[in-house]
Amino acid sequence: MVVTVIGIIRAHNLFAVVMLGGIYSFLMATVLVVLDAVDVAMTEAAVGAGMSTVLLLAVLHLTRTREAPLRHAPVIPLLICLLTGGALVYGTLDLPPFGQPDNPQNLHVAPYYLENSIEETKSPNVVTAVLASYRGFDTLGEVAVIFSAGIGVLILLSRRRRREMVVEDEGRSRK
Amino acid sequence: MRDTVILRVVVKVLLPAILMFALYVQFHGEYGPGGGFQAGVAAAAAVILYGMVFGIAEARKVVPRSIVNTMIPLGVLIFAGTGVVSILLGENYLDYTPLGSKPAKGQHLGILVVEFGVFVTVASTMLAIFYVFGGRADEADEKAKNEEGGE
Repeated sequence: MVVTVIGIIRAHNLFAVVMLGGIYSFLMATVLVVLDAVDVAMTEAAVGAGMSTVLLLAVLHLTRTREAPLRHAPVIPLLICLLTGGALVYGTLDLPPFGQPDNPQNLHVAPYYLENSIEETKSPNVVTAVLASYRGFDTLGEVAVIFSAGIGVLILLSRRRRREMVVEDEGRSRK
Repeated sequence: MRDTVILRVVVKVLLPAILMFALYVQFHGEYGPGGGFQAGVAAAAAVILYGMVFGIAEARKVVPRSIVNTMIPLGVLIFAGTGVVSILLGENYLDYTPLGSKPAKGQHLGILVVEFGVFVTVASTMLAIFYVFGGRADEADEKAKNEEGGE
């Protein structure tokens, strides 16, 4: 993963950057499989590696495939990245040790879900039971987010096209 | 790229497998990994693959834009409507227990219906975004061709 990130930073051909991004997503998906989060791994492979690569390729079709040369040295972004990265690493120091059964997140509602989900929902996959049943409101919110994102893209991109058509029509009528 | 025989044949062989996998992930989601979201993306990917190899116009013939545009809110309505049904049956919003003869059966049915709602919205949103972007790319191509012809 480190190699792909360095490749993304070094490469100036945006086509190569998009492909490396897809490879990075697939590596991330394998990491998630190793962590036993198969549902998340599937989503990462489908959305991160598949959909976003396709959409970025479609965007590359509309723009140039070479990176624009930098006008000034990227000092401030580098500083911000180092600061946020440092803060995040500092935050992980306070996290409880990985995978211990008495960690806070394993003592709250998780035992209840694990013990009762099969009886109450007849669904052997606890992830699905939690997502669709116990946390139905959250999932409804997620669907609403996807819905509004799709509607937003449709409105933004379709309206511009309509305006172009109007301009073309006006041009014709003036002639 | 669109005239490659190998691509066309391979895509034709792959398409049913991808669609079957999407349906498997959708309806097997309670037993194995997966669910509406992953299945929706997989189904959309199948149509997008078809569109990339055979041209977006062909993909639009298979799944017209009007269907896609109605499917986006339809999925949300299925999800939210399930909650309304459980209110009408005298339970809390999004509590699926009254949907079946036994509470567990109701939960089972509720999860299936809700996951289907997620599937519909996700698949159609992905497709809609692809259509819009791809349509702009096609327009850009046509413009470039027209300009070349004009010169």
